[in-house]
Amino acid sequence: MGNQIVVPFGPQHPVLPEPIHLDLVLEDERVVEAVPTIGYVHRGLEKLVEKRDYKDYVLIAERICGICSFTHSVTYCNAIERIMGIEVPARAQFIRTIWMEYSRMHSHLLWLGLTADAMGFENLFMNAWRLREEILDDMEATTGGRVIQGSCKVGGIRRDISDDKLGEMVDHLKKIRPLLEESNRIFTHDQTVRHRMRGLGVLSKEDAWDLGAVGPTARGSGCDMDVRSSGYSAYGELGFKPVVFTHGDCLDRCLVRSEEVLAAVDLVERAVAKMPDGPIEEKVKGNPDGEYFAFSEQPRGECMHYIKANGKKNIVRHRVRTPTLTNIPPLVKMLEGIEMADVPVVVLTIDPCIGCAER
Amino acid sequence: MQIFTMTKRALANLVGKPATLMYPATPAKQYEISRGHVIIAIEDCIYCGNCQRHCVSQAIVVDREARTWEIDRLRCIICGVCAEVCPKDCIFMEPDYPPSTTGTAMEFVQGPPAPPKAEKKPKAEE
Amino acid sequence: MIEQKHTITEIAVTDLLKKTGECHEKGHRLVQIGCTPLGDCYEINYTFTTSWDFESLRITVNDGDKIPSISGIYWGAFIYENEIHDLFGLTVTDINVDFQGHLIETRIPSPFKNAPPVTKVKKGGDA
Repeated sequence: MGNQIVVPFGPQHPVLPEPIHLDLVLEDERVVEAVPTIGYVHRGLEKLVEKRDYKDYVLIAERICGICSFTHSVTYCNAIERIMGIEVPARAQFIRTIWMEYSRMHSHLLWLGLTADAMGFENLFMNAWRLREEILDDMEATTGGRVIQGSCKVGGIRRDISDDKLGEMVDHLKKIRPLLEESNRIFTHDQTVRHRMRGLGVLSKEDAWDLGAVGPTARGSGCDMDVRSSGYSAYGELGFKPVVFTHGDCLDRCLVRSEEVLAAVDLVERAVAKMPDGPIEEKVKGNPDGEYFAFSEQPRGECMHYIKANGKKNIVRHRVRTPTLTNIPPLVKMLEGIEMADVPVVVLTIDPCIGCAER
Repeated sequence: MQIFTMTKRALANLVGKPATLMYPATPAKQYEISRGHVIIAIEDCIYCGNCQRHCVSQAIVVDREARTWEIDRLRCIICGVCAEVCPKDCIFMEPDYPPSTTGTAMEFVQGPPAPPKAEKKPKAEE
Repeated sequence: MIEQKHTITEIAVTDLLKKTGECHEKGHRLVQIGCTPLGDCYEINYTFTTSWDFESLRITVNDGDKIPSISGIYWGAFIYENEIHDLFGLTVTDINVDFQGHLIETRIPSPFKNAPPVTKVKKGGDA
């Protein structure tokens, strides 16, 4: 038995760009306990809702996170629309779904690149980010922004995508699909990746469920948990099936994301094939009065926006429970008993987004 | 067969064009609807102040008396709401970004003096 | 769009641990704990689910009340309970991992505490 020492990890760390601080209690090289601290980027966005018009706040809700930006705005809009009883036109729902899947693709590719970078596989990192760039190009061509889309509004969407453009998008996806499959193959079969991640940071299915893991973290542990199966927006009509892996280690969390990129390509293709015609927005009158819990599946997992409004222009409370916040307890469990050198990779596999977690 | 997949990739990388752009030399990729910065065709502006009221980041100030339109480029989040609400459709989104700056980036647009009669007419219609 | 069902039950603070224990026995997972400041009191929602039918337990507390921690039942609850303590200044007793107000380090202590008076912003002014 060696002496216990405490090694601070973060908030500035070469591997992890996210400002999370962990106090790692080490015994020799092994982590005995990890104590997380957040709060380095607390911006009080939830508080801002009390000062801003609820329609303008969509743009702020979008800025909660720089990666799952579009999903945040859709979830916020869903909550408001539910409270006010607005029926969003089908075409708007489908286009929202397409953009949500695009943001999932680019988020997962970004994460796959970062993971490759964390384990020193520079080539794969470049490859993943090159593919992400293709996705971002389509995103910019349809919304006008690369990561902050600003295209969702209460009652519908701001910009329509023409049918020609939808066709072009599908053609483009068809073109890059073999490349995505190739990178998927590397993550599945490459010796370097397997050696670094197989059996590392194991989270059992029971633990994942009990500690409230969500998103790819839970699905990598065998929990069939994906809000998209509840069929919000247009997912109900697209025949969605969650991607589930069962080992619960870093590699499976990685493969869930890698597979989900391909699943997202399928979903976009199906959504384009079923795209209905019609208006893209519904007129919104009055102010919301009531409360609603809106759930959605972000690239990082299940996200909840709780809105309580009292019939005024300003909402009383907007609570966002982001996937990272609820993935911190499972992370603490995962870190127990692993080697110090593996900590960055394990922390990365929950796809931490501390900006989200603190709002 | 590992070696052959690698050869394929290596050849593709060797022969193919670089995936990146030499940015300042080659202009960055832009699309028609890319949101770069906001411009105004001041001669069509009726100084209604709609853009100022709807601006989420309070970057726009419209002065009806002095006939000026002012935007703080650093406050502006380029959401495009002003372009949407403009009744005269005289605010546009340009795809290229404004130049970087170390100080403030206020932009002042002075409108042409109004011919007194032309100013009255469109108001009566409303 | 298919709606996710959500039932909200208002309970007393003293029943919290019992009801949470029941939820745990039924195999529910903890979705979130969220606090809403309502001017003179706080509303705390504990959300549980097994599938997509959500259940919320709601307690109402005042400043200075002690809230029992459910982290003995759901280990992962500490993150939300520390968050409530740090942002709203409420006291949660017996948390398994108690950060003593250091989970979220904010410059202003408990910034979300009660609804502060909303200052009127003049048009075009700074918010």
